[in-house]
Order: sequence, then C-alpha cells, then structure tokens
Amino acid sequence: MGKKAVIEGSMAIAIAVKQARPHVISAYPITPQTHIMEFLADFVANGELKTEYLRVDSEFSAASVAQGAVAAGSRAYTASASQGLLLMTEVLYNVAGMRLPMVLTGVNRSVGTPVNIQPDHQDTVLFRDTGMIQLYVEDAQEAYDAHVQAFRIAEDRDVLLPVLVCVDGWTISHTFEPVEVEEQEKIDAFLPPYKPLYHLDPKKPYTFGSISIDKDLMEFRYLHEEAIQGAKAKIEAIAREFEKTFGRYYGGLTQSYKTEDADIVFVAMGSIIGTLKEAVDELRAQGKKVGVLKVRSYRPFPVEEIRAALANAKVACVIDRAISIGFGAGPLTIDTQAALYGPNAPQVLPFYAGLGGKDVELKHVAEMVAKAEKAAAGEAVSAEPEYVNINWNLVS
Amino acid sequence: MRLNAGAVCAGGGSYVNKTGHWRTFIPRVDTDKCNGCGICYTYCPDSSIEIVEKTAQIDYDYCKGCGVCAHECPREAIAMEEERK
Amino acid sequence: MITAELFAIAAFADGKYSQAFPYFGGERRGAPVQAFVRIDDRPIRLRSKIYNPDYVILQDPSLIGIVDVLQGLGEDGMILVNSELLPEEIGLDTKARVVTFPATKIALETLGVPITNTAIMGAFSALTGEITIDALKPAIEEKFTGELGEKNLLAATTAYERVRASL
Repeated sequence: MGKKAVIEGSMAIAIAVKQARPHVISAYPITPQTHIMEFLADFVANGELKTEYLRVDSEFSAASVAQGAVAAGSRAYTASASQGLLLMTEVLYNVAGMRLPMVLTGVNRSVGTPVNIQPDHQDTVLFRDTGMIQLYVEDAQEAYDAHVQAFRIAEDRDVLLPVLVCVDGWTISHTFEPVEVEEQEKIDAFLPPYKPLYHLDPKKPYTFGSISIDKDLMEFRYLHEEAIQGAKAKIEAIAREFEKTFGRYYGGLTQSYKTEDADIVFVAMGSIIGTLKEAVDELRAQGKKVGVLKVRSYRPFPVEEIRAALANAKVACVIDRAISIGFGAGPLTIDTQAALYGPNAPQVLPFYAGLGGKDVELKHVAEMVAKAEKAAAGEAVSAEPEYVNINWNLVS
Repeated sequence: MRLNAGAVCAGGGSYVNKTGHWRTFIPRVDTDKCNGCGICYTYCPDSSIEIVEKTAQIDYDYCKGCGVCAHECPREAIAMEEERK
Repeated sequence: MITAELFAIAAFADGKYSQAFPYFGGERRGAPVQAFVRIDDRPIRLRSKIYNPDYVILQDPSLIGIVDVLQGLGEDGMILVNSELLPEEIGLDTKARVVTFPATKIALETLGVPITNTAIMGAFSALTGEITIDALKPAIEEKFTGELGEKNLLAATTAYERVRASL
C-alpha cells in the first residue's frame, strides 16, 4: 500500500519524478513551476535522489540539456511554464523530431502580454503541432500518476516521443490535497530503466536528426504521425496497467463521467474537470441529464473516443482555457468540431472559461447548461463562443 | 527500407565522411617561419589545425581550404596553393 | 497560506478530506494574501474560490476597512480576528459571530516572533471543534522540525487552552 497524505501538487509531481530515477534534471525557474524544481533540489541535497541536477541559464538551455541527456541514453526531466515553455519551443520540435522520450511538466500559466501568473492553457496548447504527446490532469493525484505513466509512454519502443504533462498552475501545483504516494519498489517494477534504441556514444557514433531534404522529410513526418497515432493504444494500455497495479484510473485518452444517457456533455481539459463533475452531480439531482468528457490526451487527439462518447448527446459544451485569437473559437473547440464533423453530430456550443485564472463556479456551469438546454430543445442559440464570467464593464 | 525514427543514422557523420576533398586551395605551413603560436588553431572554423611540437599541423582530411589560417597568421607562415588532385 | 496548509493536513489526520490553496495575484512577501480551505467527509472536486465561507480567519486586523473581510460570510458564520481588542471594538458590522483572540501576543510569548499561524489555529480548534487539537499536533510536526516544531505546538496548545478557559 502506498502512503496517503495531504501534500502540495508540486510535491506530488516532484516525488513522482524522484521515483522515476532520472539521470538528469535541468532547471530554470519560472512561476508557478518553481516549487517542483525546489523540491527536487531538496531531494538531491538530502541524498534521496541521485541525479545530475543542472541549473542552467535559460529555458532554452534547460530543454537542450534534457535533449542531450536523453540522446545520450539517459532518462531526463525538466519543467517550465508560460513564456518559459515558449522559449523551449525550438528545442522541443527537435526533441520530438529526434524521437527522444523526454518527460517535461508544463505548469499551466497564461502567456503574456498582459503579464499574468495564473492558470490557463494558452502556453501548452501552443505545442499542438510539435509532435509531442500532451496529457492534461485534473488533480494532484492524477499529476503524480500521470508523471509515472508518462515515462512509460515516452520510452515505449513503438512510441519514442516526448510527453508534456500539463498541470494547471496554482489550482493543482500549489494546492494541498490528499495524495497517495506509492512505494519505490512498486514504481521500479512499473517503470523499468530506460533502454534506448540508439544513443550517443563516441565508441559507436550516431547522428541524431540528420539532414533530410525533399527526398525524405515527408516520410519522416509520416513515421512521426504513425508513432503518435500508435501511442493512442499505448496511453490507454499503460493507464490500464497502472490501474491494475495501483488501483487508480483517470482515463486513457479520455474519461467519461455520466455521459452515457446525457443530453448535454461538457468537453474540457485539466483542473476544471473536478468542478464540472461536482456540477454534474448537482444538476443531475435536479433531473438534468448532463455529463463530462475529460480530454486527457490533447495530442494525440482522441477523435474516435470523442465521437463515441458524444454519439447520443444533443449538445456538446466545449470549454476552452485558451483562445485561438483570430479564429473565433478555442483550440479544443476547433479540434472537437473537426472530430465530430458529419451527420448526426451533436450541436457544439463553445465557451471560454478560466482564461488567466478567471474563476469558474458551479453557478457558471449551471448557466452554460441553461444555454445548452435551450439548444437541446431546438431553440436557436448563438454558436459564437461565450466568454464565461466576463466583466462587460471592462470591454464596453 | 524503413527510415530510422528520429532521423538517426549510423556512421557518425563526418567521423567517417571526410570533407577534405571539398578543397580548391590548400594551406601549406612553412615550418621555419611557424613558431606554434596557435592563432591559426584558434581561428580554424573546422578544428582542423593542431599545434604539434610548436608547429601548426593541418588535418587535410577535414581542412576545406578556406584560408582563414593563412590570413590570420602574423608571421605569414601559411601559404594557400592551388590544390592538385 | 501556512495556516491553510496546516488545516488541510490536520483535517486529513482527523479522517476527513481536505483542500487548501492560495490566491495570488501579483503579490510580494508582506502583501495581503488570501488562502482557502475546504473540509469534507467525501473527496473534494470543486476548485473554485470560496465565496460563502463558514468561517473567516483574519490574521491581520489592519486589513479591516481596506479589504471586505466579511464578504460572503453568512449570519451563521464566524470570523476569528487576531486582535487584543474586544469584538465590539474592532469595527466589524455583521450579524455573524465575531471572536477576537490575541494570537500575536501568544506567538510572541511562545515563538518569540509575531508569526501567528499556529496560535490562531489552536484558538480556532477550541472555538469550533472543526479541527481537533490532537490533529494539529501531527500537522505541526510535519511542517516544522525540532525546536521550531515544539515551539509551534506550544503556541497552538497555549492558544487552545486559553480559549477553552474563557468559554
């Protein structure tokens, strides 16, 4: 049995990373990622964790150090947030393209300008097209579990891709709640040491990311897409194996909560899922058929799972914690609409909520449901995205 | 043949693929003039010069004949000659 | 935030589920901050801020008049204020129960520094029973080691006993 205690979300992540026994950790601080890296530094200082802990001069370096470490055959970890993640972008395209199984945490924080330290998904959805796997978690326990799973997924010989675990800043990273931490031996059994397919070694030299001009660039992209599509089954299988070992399951690519008979289904990612589940129970008590579909894997995007979960729904309320400025909907809405396109698709109602940490209360969920009920009843409602809890005084 | 994931290729790139044959001009060191100061070693963009026993020694497997060494040598100890292959 | 964290740990020690989180805008150390705690018999999934608290703990009474410390507090609620003044002297206009407790004084007596987290927790425990004093002990021991732990435990128990004696 693991040990259950009230700890901070960042601590849960730091313990998971420690238990994964990484050879290299590269750190450059940015709020709200700092606690994870401070806890890991503590573990190194007090001897609990033997790793090469490198303090570097930028997020670009942090990602590059981890990239080199994985290419050399070691297990490596880093984390960042907001503008820090953005500075890693160029490197992370390379990490994904070189098929290096790095695990990194994106502690979700909005992107400047304006400066904001609070959570939304603007920073991580940016990585949509890098070819990295992206998992979004709903609480500290899932953050712990997902990091353990992430190394397994990343290092699977059929996958070999970096995994970005997205954790809402503050709402998860700085919240204290009960978390069950598993015994090291059980983690070791679940997550054996990384055995690279190729690694850098002067005695047996390889070139990683060699030049690929017009003759085979497209072919490399084909293989990359094939790998991340193949990762869908692996993400689900590893989540199920985790459940078998540790007794907890948060979904593989998605998790359905009371969607089976639901007329109205919320589609969302991250910590807002908890509030939505709570709201669903309250609304169900009032006789409203509402459910939640948690998108856990944003890349690869669970097209089939979304279609299946929404097959009987009348309305899908998609909540975006990011905005694709210039399109008129958020990234999750755009992807969900594309996945659902075709006859018999439910009506999609897009909502922006929680941008820059804007609070989402149960009453806001009820308001969204009220709108969806109108649509479900055949009334004409606007398909334009609605800004939940917006202060109109500030924009008019 | 299926490509290797990550554009990984064996052989170690320039480790086996020499680039010296790209040269049009070849640097020659006048060992009487050279005092092994190492300026050419510092400037060589291909890391193809070593100082051995106080004399510049050029690795013709990788020297591409750019001439930077000859230009920078304060004792004019390096001359660029047309390469005869 | 330390108080909120310790409450969450103590509630869990009491066999309940708990959640504690800070609210930060762009504050620096010393600036007014809020922290929230939920305690329940079942797992807590709700993650919005708390707008209708059952209890408010005000560690710095100088915020009265600057921040609406009574916002959302119902008539059945209670506000515990760190102050040596009497409840009617601190200028809070509310039908909720107002309790004052000299936590800074207790902190100075026991810790030697005006850090009021553990003293106010002891007082809250005695007043409400929402957290037992027995559960505060492991929470404090988890957060503070050695002499600091002993002193903080003394702050909590001293505050607890004083409130009990006054009830």
